[in-house]
Amino acid sequence: MAQTQQEDKINLGGKKFIMWIFIFTSFMLFAALTSGFIVYSGGSGHGLNITLPSSFRYSTIALVISSITLFMASRAAKRLDYDKQQRFLWVTISLGVAFLILQVYGWYTLAYKMHIYLVDPNATRSFVYVMTFLHLLHIIGGIIWLISTLNGSIKRIPQVQNLYRMEMTSIFWHFLDIIWIYLYVFLLLNQ
Amino acid sequence: MSTLSVHDHGVAHHEEGHEHHHDTFLTKYVFSQDHKMIAKQFLITGITMAVIAMLLSILFRIQLAYPDKAFPLLETLLGRFAPEGRLDPEFYLSLVTIHGTIMVFFVLTAGLSGTFSNLLIPLQVGARDMASPFINMLSYWFFLTACIIMLSSFFIQKGPAGAGWTIYPPLSALPTAMKGSGLGMTLWLISMVCFVASSLMGGINYVTTVLNMRTKGMDLWKMPLTIWAFFLTAILGVLSFPVLVAGVVLLIFDRSFGTSFYLSDIVVNGQIMPFEGGSPILFQHLFWFLGHPEVYIVIMPAMGISSEVMSVNSRKPIFGYHAMVYSLIGITVLSFIVWGHHMFITGMNPFLGGVFMITTLIIAVPSAVKTFNWLATLWRGNIRFTPAMLFAIGMVSFFISGGLTGIFLGNAALDINLHDTYFVVAHFHLVMGSAAIFGMLAGVYHWFPKMFGRMMDEKLGYLHFWLTFIGAYLVFFPMHFMGLDGVPRRYYAFTEFASMQRWLSVNMFITWAAIMSACAQVAFLYNFIHSIFWGKKATQNPWQANTLEWTTPVERLHGNWPGELPTVYRWPYDYSKPGAEEDFISQITPLSQTMSSNLPHDFEDNPAGLEALNTWTNTQKANEEVK
Repeated sequence: MAQTQQEDKINLGGKKFIMWIFIFTSFMLFAALTSGFIVYSGGSGHGLNITLPSSFRYSTIALVISSITLFMASRAAKRLDYDKQQRFLWVTISLGVAFLILQVYGWYTLAYKMHIYLVDPNATRSFVYVMTFLHLLHIIGGIIWLISTLNGSIKRIPQVQNLYRMEMTSIFWHFLDIIWIYLYVFLLLNQ
Repeated sequence: MSTLSVHDHGVAHHEEGHEHHHDTFLTKYVFSQDHKMIAKQFLITGITMAVIAMLLSILFRIQLAYPDKAFPLLETLLGRFAPEGRLDPEFYLSLVTIHGTIMVFFVLTAGLSGTFSNLLIPLQVGARDMASPFINMLSYWFFLTACIIMLSSFFIQKGPAGAGWTIYPPLSALPTAMKGSGLGMTLWLISMVCFVASSLMGGINYVTTVLNMRTKGMDLWKMPLTIWAFFLTAILGVLSFPVLVAGVVLLIFDRSFGTSFYLSDIVVNGQIMPFEGGSPILFQHLFWFLGHPEVYIVIMPAMGISSEVMSVNSRKPIFGYHAMVYSLIGITVLSFIVWGHHMFITGMNPFLGGVFMITTLIIAVPSAVKTFNWLATLWRGNIRFTPAMLFAIGMVSFFISGGLTGIFLGNAALDINLHDTYFVVAHFHLVMGSAAIFGMLAGVYHWFPKMFGRMMDEKLGYLHFWLTFIGAYLVFFPMHFMGLDGVPRRYYAFTEFASMQRWLSVNMFITWAAIMSACAQVAFLYNFIHSIFWGKKATQNPWQANTLEWTTPVERLHGNWPGELPTVYRWPYDYSKPGAEEDFISQITPLSQTMSSNLPHDFEDNPAGLEALNTWTNTQKANEEVK
């Protein structure tokens, strides 16, 4: 029995490791986009030359706060306080959705207020759309994950699994937070 | 889910037992989560794709040999793609493109890594299955979907993608540019997205399994070179495929949403296109950042397999085990900083070209280390010429003769002349095409007993080897001279250019050599399929090898070992150890059972063991004196 428990532990650890490597692959995707941006703007002499819409700033704040609330949810889960865990998960999910809406609103501002479209002879501007779009796809995945964790907690799945899901979701969500800050700072530096 | 993760739950345990009794056809052969079955699925799909890609190459070889002749049979077979028995020029380009794509990605990436990483990683590190068998299963199904989508492009009006396997824009970005830029290109892109998903899922699993699920005693320096090679290959894939995704996403935006990442100043059929400001070079950067590691993704598993097969069949430890590992690591690291050598003629800054040239040429060092180590492994070994061994040696041969021309091509000054000529075609077909295929075939012949519990026929194996080996050299060697003469690749008819006409006879020769090699594969296919069902039954350890996979029963259980997982006590290359009873000592044999063959360096971090060895040696000596 001890042996099998040991194996079980190793396997869960393995799954967590899978998440980390997935994060590496995801990071490489965004790293490739930003390097592409640099190569393009260096080669063509185009710069971004726009002020990023203010909603990107608010969405950043929302995402950072969501990371904090997710951390609170994890802490509550570790202390077996499921109600608190669920409350914080709800807040995190709402903040995630708020981020999503703010990003889309950012596109709206870009296109309708500033008349900067996806199709632009200056492709650095198209890059803004592509980067935010791909990041948003990840965010949608993250929200689905958060919902399944919340669902698990409501259904009172065993604590081991609850913590495991919590941890996996946290790794992914914090990563999305960091990646967005990276992209945002990158765009700010290039604007 | 996995059998592992449910071990300690009573209920789940019941379910697991349940599963074992009622393994339906569907869960056992189709939606299997057993790594060994998934490996076989990858292998058979890979072989099927390889045969298709080979037939495509024969088609365009016929065109190259007889550009003026009509073959009515072709029209019967290909319909509108070969009007009046002659290949349509745009279809010729599609054939070249799909041949390259299938061979590089579907056969030598998924077919090779997918088969042998899946089969050998759990078996050789002593795990019951992959870290996530479910993701592993998904990986295969994404791969199969990618295959089907890729092949389906032959059944659409305009035919498959035709921009070359590197799908450079603008041809790939403008759906109206040529026939092969239309729906065929779209299908290519969809197929590749599935393929990348499959590769990433596989790669993530391989890395995780190697790092987390090694059995007791299996530290990194006790892993066979196969595992090292698959592990580093997976790391390469995990880091480089996402970059291709980024490039492809931008390409899709250019194709479908009208952005101008890659496009600028374009006129199609006299019509000025609205694209402005893009840079086609950007795509090349993104593509080759994957593309170069990709060629190592292709060759490194073949290297690992050959190392293992050559050591087993030379009955000698692999020469320079640590050097082999470090050179694999060296190749892995270097492969990320050499992509510019594919782009010397893009108007690259000569200084940057120089940097890429130096990094490229440095790769010759680890490659040469590996080559010399293989040769030194063979040196004075008790060589057994099994078919697997022949293919492994063939792999080394191709790697040497193809690698030498890499030194030519890595030089910016020479590459400017040789770029996109048949010299390049000859180079990569030898060094990564034939070499990797031979590594893969070595693996198939060697681990066939593990996969199917039966042996392949040796005589047919020899026939297959010699015809393919000679055939491949006859096909690719003359191409060097064509390239040196400046004949460009991907040209439809040599009769159209005065400077190329004298190469027509050589082309005819190459085509016949290619047809001979293709026929040789029939021997393999017959042998492979026949042996699966009617081959000689295999014993547990037919090659008398040391690695863990040969300690599993022939019956291939789900979970690999019937009882506890084996414990590893020694490295995998204790062949012909002086003083040992047999010429191989399995990794699971403790040092205490092989006192007569232990050496002081077996106890480097183990003072107690060293003391025991010294006591034993002294006792032996004392006994000798008494006599």
